[in-house]
Amino acid sequence: MNGLNYILKRILQIIPVVFIISILIFLMLRAIPGDPARLVLGEKATIESIDAMREKLGLNESYLVQYGKFVKGIVSLDLGTSLTYQRPVIELLRSRVKITLMLTLISTFFSLLISFPLGYYAGKYKDSMFDQIIKSGALAAVSMPSFWIGLLLMILFGVKLRWLPVGGWGDTFIDQIRSLILPGLTMSLLTSALLIRNIRNSVVDISNMDYVDFARSKGISERAVKNRHILRNALISTVTLLLMRMAYMLGGSVIIETVFSLPGIGKLMVDSIFGRDYAVVQALVMLFAMIILLINLLTDIIYSFLDPRVKF
Amino acid sequence: MMRHAKKREIPIWATKPAFIVGIIIVVTAILISFFPQFIAPYDPIEVNSKAILVAPSAEHFFGTDNFGRDVFSRVIWAARIDLQIGVFATIVPLIFGSMMGLIAGYYGGVVDNILMRIIDILMTFPFTILVIVIMTILGQGMRNIYIAIWLVGWMAYAKLVRGEVLVLKNAEFIEAARVTGFSDKRILLRHMLPNVVSSAVVFAASDVVLCMLTGASMSFLGLGVQPPTPEWGAILNEGRAYIMNAWWITFFPGLFMAITGIGFSLLGDGLTDFLRTKGK
Repeated sequence: MNGLNYILKRILQIIPVVFIISILIFLMLRAIPGDPARLVLGEKATIESIDAMREKLGLNESYLVQYGKFVKGIVSLDLGTSLTYQRPVIELLRSRVKITLMLTLISTFFSLLISFPLGYYAGKYKDSMFDQIIKSGALAAVSMPSFWIGLLLMILFGVKLRWLPVGGWGDTFIDQIRSLILPGLTMSLLTSALLIRNIRNSVVDISNMDYVDFARSKGISERAVKNRHILRNALISTVTLLLMRMAYMLGGSVIIETVFSLPGIGKLMVDSIFGRDYAVVQALVMLFAMIILLINLLTDIIYSFLDPRVKF
Repeated sequence: MMRHAKKREIPIWATKPAFIVGIIIVVTAILISFFPQFIAPYDPIEVNSKAILVAPSAEHFFGTDNFGRDVFSRVIWAARIDLQIGVFATIVPLIFGSMMGLIAGYYGGVVDNILMRIIDILMTFPFTILVIVIMTILGQGMRNIYIAIWLVGWMAYAKLVRGEVLVLKNAEFIEAARVTGFSDKRILLRHMLPNVVSSAVVFAASDVVLCMLTGASMSFLGLGVQPPTPEWGAILNEGRAYIMNAWWITFFPGLFMAITGIGFSLLGDGLTDFLRTKGK
């Protein structure tokens, strides 16, 4: 099989997964105790409006018909209206998703910036003092609550030093980037810790390989050995890990965006849960699911291209 | 002659200092959670209008919050709830997930296939997202945190144990037990379980951190433990509004959470090392 066939096969494999997820999300709203029409309209709705809403949502029809309509709504991007904002859900998502995307990108950038040099030198000088410190730091980072780290950064850089805003979203591009620095840094810590471990271990493994010794004995400069052999090989597993982490950053965005009051989709999720805005919650869960599936697909495809040992 | 010289026993605290630090932290945390009344100088939910937002001092080690409650006492009492969440949210999935993995791996077939497919699909989603989605359906509250984490947490154990069972299934001693005519139940519980359970238990030691942090995150978002109950995430959430002038309300509960988390991580790492050397 060639590469194109592999990609096609992976896309086909996703179809049943999407089907199962759509059923789960469809059932989710119906698993919440109470009448969905009342959930959509809120506590103060009249009986007439609930009846009308039941009709509109098609709740009087069979589950099969309801599910069909649900799928049709997703495909045609008609995701209903937000109770809180009184706007079509799709519009709401469109304006919010950009912020979360920027947050994820900045945080990815920070993660790479932090983890590559630290991981490389920790691996190169294995068991040195530096390696020990990096290892302990990585362990601490995965054991601490991210929202606490975020608040500490906020106290230090926002409140005490006043270098950066304590939260919220800016109007100009520069302000927006400034308001993403602290949340991005907070989010990148956990990812950096995982990447550092991975880079360190692959540098240790690869440095012991025969072909690296061979390259050195051929007289290739240390810099070329580092760039051509060690870093390149460490890159493969790191990129895969990083892509997988991006899915987890979405989960983290729910907490980080709440800490820094960033109006992205993570904060929208929390606000909608409290506002009982179930149309938005449902759309967000679907959106999260689709993004994660897409990331997983990309991870597999990129991995298969980066590592020639993966057979199609 | 050297051949017979007995290898000198190196005491464990010298070879594994990190593991010992982990044990000390975890034991201390457990002691605090059992006897907070002997450590906390004040009632954790007692309001004191004369001491509102007081900075840390000899009277109030960690200062007071917006209701004049002693932050140190609140943080100490919170250890009980957070540790409870960490431990109980881990134990139930550990037992249930291991059982499911044991049965699925041993019997195989259609049920195993369907179960693993569903687990694979669900496990591509971040833990936090799944827990939040379930919390949305169930509503807020401490009881629902448990249910949400239980519903998501067991899958990792099922996968882990199933993998080990598949390897073990063809081992000679299992084959022997089967030929001897032992019942499936006996083979599963007496022969399989003791051999696969250690890796699940080791995983659980680090899983406590994840469960504790997830529980605290939910309370931080306002979905979990409700005020005035002292819980680290909930205290942080309350302190957030006063971050400009009262940093101590957010700083100290987080510090305790971080230290406890590091303790359990060190313990988990140490146990993993033991398991690895035992396997060699």
